[in-house]
Formats: sequence, structure tokens, C-alpha cells
Amino acid sequence: MKLLKFIAAGIIFGIIMAKSEAISWYRIQEMFRFQSFHMYGIIGTAVILGAIGVALIKKFKLRDIDGVPIEIHPKEKSVIRYLAGGTIFGLGWALTGSCPGPLFVNFGYGYPVFLLVIIFAVIGTYIYGAMSDKLPH
Amino acid sequence: MIELIKQPWHWFISGALIAFIMFMMLFFGKTFGFSSNFRTICAACGAGKRVSYFDYDWKSQMWNLAFLVGSIIGGTIAHLFLSTGEPILIAQATLKDIADLGFSAPTGMQPTEIYSFQALMTVKGFLILAFGGLLIGFGTRYAAGCTSGHAISGLSNLQLPSLIAVIGFFIGGLIMTFLIFPLIF
Repeated sequence: MKLLKFIAAGIIFGIIMAKSEAISWYRIQEMFRFQSFHMYGIIGTAVILGAIGVALIKKFKLRDIDGVPIEIHPKEKSVIRYLAGGTIFGLGWALTGSCPGPLFVNFGYGYPVFLLVIIFAVIGTYIYGAMSDKLPH
Repeated sequence: MIELIKQPWHWFISGALIAFIMFMMLFFGKTFGFSSNFRTICAACGAGKRVSYFDYDWKSQMWNLAFLVGSIIGGTIAHLFLSTGEPILIAQATLKDIADLGFSAPTGMQPTEIYSFQALMTVKGFLILAFGGLLIGFGTRYAAGCTSGHAISGLSNLQLPSLIAVIGFFIGGLIMTFLIFPLIF
């Protein structure tokens, strides 16, 4: 089954997120208070290794498992949507101590109340979709 | 070996493995980005009939929903088999700051002051989780990505929009932590 490998990738991702403690509200508080290097170390390591890897992929024109050249589609140029949207998400990230991936990892980790946050995140996405025509992008 | 895995992982190991996940997704022909799933869920629930933003072939995003299901399973595996059950250790300075806001020392991964059924049953506790969810869902779609799509995939690709988004994440996070937390906790 084609989807099986994505489930497997998700399982590994969930374990990494939990064992790195990046799913913890306390770790996010440490980060936003600049009192620990932990989260910066995680994100910094991922970005540095990621940037090196992406550069190598481009240089050697690597292909994916279907033989299609690998490329990350650049996001459209703008400032306001990224700054405003990012700020709104940042408010929620600090309040809940969780970004979208960890919401689900936490739910699996034995914190069923995260389901409420997930339901309201879906509602929030619906509200964005319904009013996106009226927002500056 | 299993005893070592059960300990919290060093940030370098964790960061390297997240980069590995991103590469794995690229080699699967996809771009690592989690929050698109919220849009997919809306579309799968039929939101496309009312709102054109959700009127697209959401079934092409099934791979990301599969990743989401996996992440829940991964969390359960980590909790049941790969954890010592010890409370999380965090910086003394943070412990003191959140104690001033009324949070007790950690007993697990999350504060019971926010993530427990007792907290959920209070008006304030419910509103915190509900508003938090709304902000995450609205903000990530407006910004077209979250921590995985912008901070990891986007910055790895040296994209300016992702840098702007990450700056926004921190503006919001700092406003919440330093200006709003003292008002609500």
C-alpha cells in the first residue's frame, strides 16, 4: 500500500517529537523566554543539515523514488501574509505550547484533551478559508 | 540500548532526525509540512461546497493524512514503550518564571493546569484551549505553513517568505509569553 510508508514516516516523526520533548509546553516556554538552548539546538540543527542536504540535492539533481527531479516549490513572494499569519500562529504556539504536528503527537502521548485544540484548529482553518478573500495577502 | 532510547534525546540527535524526516519526504516526492492537514480535513468534511478555498482534490493529500495518523501512533509508542515516565527537566529560570504565573513544577510532559479534564471543565481552561486552537488553525493557513513547512522545509530551502513567517512566529510567541500570560495566568 502506497500510504504505508507515510504512516511509517509519521510514526518516526511522532517518536522524535516526543523524545526530543519538542511537544512539551514547558520546552516552548523555555524557548520563548530564551532560557534554554534546547529548542534552538533542535531547529538549528535541522535547518543547517536541511540546507546542506537541499543544496546537495539541487547540485546533483537528485530524483525521488518515482524518478521525478526533487524540488521544493518556492512560496509566493509577499510580506504581510507571512508576518501577520505567522504572528497569529505564534500567539497560539506559545499559548498551547504546541505547533500543529505536536498537537497530534500529544493526543497520542496520552493527553486526550488535545483533541479540543485540534477541533478548534480545524475551525480556525475554516474561518481563514471563509474570509481569505477579504484579508490582505 | 533501550535504556538509552528511553532517556530524553539530545537536541543534536533530535534535530538531525527531523532533517532526516524532511529528506525522507522529499525522496517520497512530497514536501514536509504538517498544517496543510487542517485544510485537507475541512475539504474532506465537505467545506468545498460552501467555500472555494476548500474546493480542491483533497484526496491527493491523503499521504499527509497518513503521516498525521502515524504521528499519533508514534506519540503513543513513545509514551508506552520509550519513556521513563519521569517529569520533564527544564531550566531553573523558566521554572521560577512560570511558578510566578501559578504553574507548579512539571509532573509529566504537559502542565496539568492547562492539559487535564479538570482544567478543561473550567470556563478559562476551555477558552485557553479553544482560542489556542483557533489561532493555530487560522494563523498557519494565513501564513501558508507552520514550524515544519516554514521553519524546517522553507528555511532549509533558503526561502525569504519562510524567514518572514518565522519572525512572525516569534513576534506572536513573545507577545503571548510576556504581555498576555501575565494577564490570563
